[in-house]
Parts: sequence; structure tokens; C-alpha cells
Amino acid sequence: MEYEAVIGLEVHAQLLTEAKIFCGCSTKFGAAPNSHTCPVCLGMPGVLPVLNRKVVEYAMKMALACNCRINPTCLFARKNYFYPDLPKGYQISQYGEPLAEDGWVEIEIDGSRKRVGIIRIHMEEDAGKLLHDEINPVSMVDLNRTGVPLLEIVSAPDIRTPEEASAYLKRLHEILVYLEICDGNMEEGSFRCDANVSLRPKGEHTFGTRTELKNMNSFRNVQRALEYEIKRQRYILEEGGTVDQETRLWDDAKGVTTPMRGKEEAHDYRYFPDPDLVPLVIDEVWREEVRKSLPELPLEKRERFLRDYAITPYDAQVLTQAKALADYFEEVAKLSGRPKQAANWIMGDLLGLLKEDKRDIKSCPVCPAALAEMIQLIEVGTISGKMAKEILAAMYETGEMPRTIIEKKGLSQITDEEYLRQVVAEVVSFHPREREQYLSGKEKVFGFFVGQVMKKTEGKANPRLVGELLKEILSQK
Amino acid sequence: MNLYSLTIHELKAKIAAGDVTAKRIVEEFYRRIEEVEGKVHAFITLMKEEALSQAEKIDGEIKQGKLKELSGIPLALKDILCTRGVKTTCGSKMLADFVPPYDATVVEKLREAGAVFLGKTNMDEFAMGSSNETSYFGITKNPWDLSRTPGGSSGGSAAAVAADECAAALGSDTGGSIRQPAALCGVVGMKPTYGRVSRYGLVAFASSLDQVGPFTKDVEDCALLLEVISGYDPKESTSVPVPVPRYREFLGRDIAGWQVGVPKEYFGAGLDKDVEEAIQRAMVTLEGLGVKLVPLSLPHTEYCIAVYYIIAPAEASSNLARYDGVKYGFRAGESRDLLQMYKRTRSAGFGAEVKRRIMLGTYVLSAGYYDAYYKKASQVRMLIKRDFDAAFEKCPVLLTPTSPTPAFKIGEKTDDPLKMYLSDIFTISANLAGIPGISIPCGYTKEGLPVGLQFLAPPFEEGRLLQIAYAYEKASPIPKRRPKL
Repeated sequence: MEYEAVIGLEVHAQLLTEAKIFCGCSTKFGAAPNSHTCPVCLGMPGVLPVLNRKVVEYAMKMALACNCRINPTCLFARKNYFYPDLPKGYQISQYGEPLAEDGWVEIEIDGSRKRVGIIRIHMEEDAGKLLHDEINPVSMVDLNRTGVPLLEIVSAPDIRTPEEASAYLKRLHEILVYLEICDGNMEEGSFRCDANVSLRPKGEHTFGTRTELKNMNSFRNVQRALEYEIKRQRYILEEGGTVDQETRLWDDAKGVTTPMRGKEEAHDYRYFPDPDLVPLVIDEVWREEVRKSLPELPLEKRERFLRDYAITPYDAQVLTQAKALADYFEEVAKLSGRPKQAANWIMGDLLGLLKEDKRDIKSCPVCPAALAEMIQLIEVGTISGKMAKEILAAMYETGEMPRTIIEKKGLSQITDEEYLRQVVAEVVSFHPREREQYLSGKEKVFGFFVGQVMKKTEGKANPRLVGELLKEILSQK
Repeated sequence: MNLYSLTIHELKAKIAAGDVTAKRIVEEFYRRIEEVEGKVHAFITLMKEEALSQAEKIDGEIKQGKLKELSGIPLALKDILCTRGVKTTCGSKMLADFVPPYDATVVEKLREAGAVFLGKTNMDEFAMGSSNETSYFGITKNPWDLSRTPGGSSGGSAAAVAADECAAALGSDTGGSIRQPAALCGVVGMKPTYGRVSRYGLVAFASSLDQVGPFTKDVEDCALLLEVISGYDPKESTSVPVPVPRYREFLGRDIAGWQVGVPKEYFGAGLDKDVEEAIQRAMVTLEGLGVKLVPLSLPHTEYCIAVYYIIAPAEASSNLARYDGVKYGFRAGESRDLLQMYKRTRSAGFGAEVKRRIMLGTYVLSAGYYDAYYKKASQVRMLIKRDFDAAFEKCPVLLTPTSPTPAFKIGEKTDDPLKMYLSDIFTISANLAGIPGISIPCGYTKEGLPVGLQFLAPPFEEGRLLQIAYAYEKASPIPKRRPKL
């Protein structure tokens, strides 16, 4: 029988607000344990939460970018469970009335487009972290992360393949980063994903029994885990067995999913509206204000780049993956007036340099004006493309403008015709035998002469000029 | 007359006139505490050192001409209000050694107004009880009869005011925890409108019902304290930005012509005969002031107890989850694993009544029961609120007894939780509806126990309560007595 997978993804994205969602503590990652805490996020007796409006604004941005309906009134609810990283014994989340519902994003697989529905987007607070001592039987609690704002984005079960899952995740990731509301760092856990997956015979409409997959901390792992899980379920079904509804953990090293210990799942969270927070009212004025503040989203930008800069779809795709990169490209394209060259230099050499250096375009030492200047210098023939590679590396190293580097290194091309004429004449007169060969039809020898001129000028001679002069002088009597 | 018998406004006058220093007052109160505290046991923690140095500081300010609203006034705080650097136990073993690094907003406001805190008063554990008998720190006795309870849960604060161990006190009221002990101890107690006074730093029992309020020796003091503690607090999302009136301006205003609603459901079976008679006499006095008594009905009254004992425990079960032995407070010794630590900590750290309510609350929020209990109770709560809305369309205030009985004997109801719960039958409705209520003394039973009269008003109409309570207090023909200790 042919089976079809039904996949739904639950994404948790940490929002980049300065302060936590219900207190004024910093959200910065990597501080000394428990240094970013206060009585409120420590869950001390008698303290109360106050909603950070910036979190709502960020959440609304995502909701609007995902074509969701923002509810005019939404509620916060308590999700009750005991765990040492949860100081209040409950997590403040949203349940019955979330911030936003019924949206979609578009994904593209092999050129064909598809909409993946978004059931809901809601706000909640993150929990802390446990650190387990390897030697002693003790665990430490770090509550710095407690209260860091999270967005939960729940997709509809519209995804059918691991590739689609990966494309959907990349799309959400891209939008979040574009909106500058999430840093998207999967390793630090700023962008996390759980998956629900089930199989059903192709053409069937009812859902099969699903499993929930956790512990996948990269796009690749999500795809691998889903591939494995689909295979596992298919095998069970083909053997006539039944899939157990359970939570499974992805084991990256072994490349398998294994069931989570059963007890930990039997949760009844006893959700109820949090009486410490009033209903959140979002009126049209606020909603439209946020809508107006939305930047151009990656898909729109991609289409505009194709239209305005006449670059290839592949170039547009790469250049719009991050907003900072797209902005960089646009500036270079505008300043240089050469979009195609700008794209080539950025995607080729510059991204290579950055990658080697493990740097982001945001901290690129070469400013757009410098790169644009370099491209123009190539255009007017001051430097050759080959020299430009060397100059760009120096620009990257020092952060200096290309002209400065060219001067310092004496790198500019020799375009002085009189001087070159002298050099060419000299070279020709030194090699009468080769000249004979050339004149007798051995065109290859021409290259030898170019090489000699370049050697004499330390490679700085303008190649076009050298060619013209050689042709002229070689054929002189 | 002894300094400790004076009201806040009387003490203020003496301080302002330079007749007495704050230090002298505080010393006088500690002498009184030494004298009677052994019998009453109103306090869990006394703060003598801090209080004396605070009084000296205040005296210094007064010398420089800085006289604040409560300069040098000695107050007691229910041990549910967080006090920076001073143990806040909530009457529980769980928090027996808990020292908050912050002040409750009301504590901060009182401090800023120049008040001096004498100590933290006893209470039912986590405010769950109506007699102070569930406290981990022993039972507070009713100053009028030491074999009786002071009521609860703010029994310590009520007893401390009645026994002149402080000039006034703060308590908290979730289902009657200020008004019922005020009635049983013969003092004035008010539960303000939900949202009128900040709950920040008030250890939560049931967040949608809890409210901080004053215990005082007369209505004028009640108005004064309410003015100081009220107001919007940016740290508290449910506090409401309604301006705080000068409540003392309501005192002495005429109430002639007022229609005062008398809900018939508050005068049925279970109402003590002596209590009923005292209330009837008070109604006659009010009629003498030109008030028209209007019989009316609050038809959903019979559901109040049931609704309350679903909503309050539900919220409590969640609010008390933080006491898990991980971060602060009590932790049971060596445990095998995390689950055992939770179980042993919570088994040993909480008393029986608290556990009963946590279980009740956990049950009503459970999957499959939520709709039948919590959700339905929330819906009925709206109906109860609507009863009041309708009543207040006809009458600016309502009048009821505060408690169905006078102070009961220690141990009388401890074996029967339901009987104990009924002690709050007339006070719970105000918490469910979020409206303000005041209890003032209105005479005595044949045995000489005080009786409380309750007035209820629409949200943010505390002024009306103070106006009518003050008028009654002035007109009451019953000579004021003091407990003999």
C-alpha cells in the first residue's frame, strides 16, 4: 500500500525584546546563572506579572506576516505542572483565546508553491534551565531564561514530506529574522521545533495515530528525524501493527527516534485563565500601527529584486535569505550601478570570506560603499578582476577603501600608453626569434609576449592595452 | 486614658501637638503587648528593634517639621504581607523562615506615610480558615473571651486591634477574612473593591478574590488608612486606575433619604438570635437617621459558598504550586529523587486545611471536570454579580449581618470543615462580585460578645460605606465596651 505522511509542526521562537515578558529583567543569553532574575521571575510569594507590551507588538508582527487574524481580545492562561526549572509551578501561556489564529505561509519545493496553514500563534514565557552535575547527584537551577518571551507557532497538518517540513521551518525562520524579532539561533535554542507525524493510506482522509518528535535542533535534524519516523511507522503499518501515540526523542548520534519515558507524558496541565492578568485588548489602531511598521518580507523582496535588478532567481534567493544581506546587496547595487556584478562579488568572494571568518554580514568589515567603489574601479579599468580579488581580501582585513589599498600596495593598473609602449618595444626587441615565429603564423607566441610584459610590469599592466600595443609593435617593420 | 487605647486620629492629634513622641507611643504599645500578648497571641513576629529605630527616625523628621499622614502611628501587618528583611510566614511551616527581599506595595505606602510596624500578625495558614486555628504558629484567642476564636483568617490583626496591641492593622479578605474577624472582635474592618488596593506582595491565596484592607478602632481611622493604601499600582495588572477620593470627606455627610437594601437571603435559618436582634436594633437606629430600609432579594445567594469553594481552591491549587522545596521555604530532608522531594516537602510543609483545598482545586481544574466545576462556577459567579448590579440600581448600599454567629469556641468547628465554611456565608458574595464591604460593631450578644453589621456598595463606592458606617457609629445608642484582659 502507498502511504502518505501527515505532518504538523510546533515552533517555539524566542523574542528579542530587551526585557522579559512579565518583569523588567534582561533577556540576554549567556550571563552568570541567576544573575538576570528578580522576585517576579523567581516566582517568590506575592509577586505579580505585568505584561511587556513590546512582546505583544513583536508577536503581532509575526501574526500579521503569517496572514493570521489577530483576536481583538485574548487571554493568558496558566499551564500547571511541577518542574524545578518552573519556579511558579505553572507557565503563563495562552490557551483558549490565543493572540492570533488562521494564517498561512507559502513554501516552494522544486519550483512549485504550496500554502501551509497556521492554526494559531500565541505568547508564553520560557522556563529556566537545569544543569546536572556529572559527578555528584545534584542538579543546579539557572532561572535566567525564566520569563524570556516565546512565540508558539502551530502549523496545520498540511505538511506531507520532510522536505516540505524543512521548507516551512526555513520560511518561518526567515520571516522571524527579517522582522528582527528573533535571532533564529537554533543551537542556543532561540528557534525550536517539535513535530507531529502520522501516516495514512494515500487518498484516505482520516488521520492515523501520530507520534510527537522532540529534540531536533537543526533544520537537517528535523528532516532526518521525520524521514526516520515515517520509515519506522510505515514498517509497523506494513507489518500489520499499530503505531503508539507517544512522544519520541530524536537521537542525533544514532539517527533514530526513541520513546520518551512514559510517565513524563501523562500530564494534565489544568489550564485556566490567569487571574493575575487582565484580558489583552488589541484594537484596530494598535493592529494597524503594527501592520504599517512591517518591513518588506523575503518573498516580496525576492520578487522585487528579480524585477528591479535583473539578477537570476538563484541570486535573488540567496541574497534575500537574510534582511541584512539583502540590504547590503541593495546598497552596493545602487552605489555601483552594477547589480549583477554586485551580486557576483557578494555571493562569491565576500560570503566566502565571511564564512571562513565565521562572521555575519552585519559585522562585515567591508562596507557597501567600499565594495561599490571596487566594482567601479574594475569597470573603468583601474584594476583587473584578478587584482580585485587580492584587493578585496585586503579590504576585508583592514576595512580600508579600495583606493587606499591600491595606493599603498601600488596595485593600480598601468594604463600609461607611452610607458607601456616602451616596455612592449623593449620586450619585442629582446626576443627576435619569437617575433619571427609570431610573424610566421605561430599565434601562440603572442601569449609569451604578454607574459613577458606582465613580468616586467609586475602584473600591473592593463591587459587590453598590452594586447593592442603588442599587436601593433610586433607587426611593425 | 492609655495611649494604646487611642485611635489613629487621636494619636495624630497628640503627635501634631507635640504632646507625645513616636518613640514614646511605640514603647507604650510594646508595654501593652507584653501585658496581653501571652493571653491573646495575636502576633507571629514582633519587630521591636526595627520599630523603635523607625520611631526615632520619625521623631527626627517631626522635629524638622516633616509631619506625614501616619507619622509615628504603630500598626500591625497580617503575616501574609511581604516585608523586606522581615519574616513573612503566611501562617505556614512552608514559609516559617522565609524573608522576602521586597515590600508589598501597601507596606511601602504605609512606610512612606510614616507608619511604624510593630509586628506581623497570626493568621490561618495561607489565609485558609475562619478561626485562626489552621495557623502553624498556634491559635490566636478572642480578646473578648479567651476560650473563643477571633475569627479568620486575619484573626491576629483583628485581635491585635481589639486588644489595643496596635493602633490599627492590615489584613486580607478573600471570602470574609477581614470582615468576619472584625465582627467577631468588635472592630471596624473593610474589604475594598477588587482592584482598589494593590495585591503586589500579598501572598496569593485566590488571586481573583484577594484584597487588602484595614482593621481600625473606628470608621474615621478606616477612611484614613484606606486613603493611604489605595491606588493604581503599575506592578499589579488588576489594580484599577480610578482616582482615590479623600475618603474622610465622606464622614459626617447626611444619609437621610438613603434607600438601604436589606437582602432577605441574609436573614434566614442559621442566623444567631442575638446577632439578628443586634442587627434589627441597628436598622432602627438607621431609620432614625432618615434611612429607608428596602427589603430585596439576591436570588443567587444560595450558590455563593459552592461557587467560592470551587474558584478559591482552584486558584489556590495553582498559586501554592510554587512551594515545592526547590527555591526557598521549607524542604523535607534527604529524598531519593525529585518526585519524592516534592511529595515529602508538600506533605510536611502544608497543614490539613491547605492540603484539602489544594486537592479540591486540583480536582475541579482537571481534564474532564473543568467544565462541570470551574467553568460553571465562573458562570454562576457572573449571575451573583448581576444580582448585586440589580440591587444597586435601587439602593446605594445594602445592609446585612457580617457573620451568622458571634465568636465561636476554639475547637467548635475544626472537625467539620463545612460548618466552618458557613461562617463566611454573608461575606463571600462581596469577594465573588468584587464589591467593597465594611463590618462595624453594632452591639453585643447576651454573653457580651460583639456583633458586626455589614454594609455593601457598588465597585469603588467605598465612600458610601464610610459615610453610612460613620453616621451609624455616631448615632448608635449602645455604649462602647472594651474587652477585659
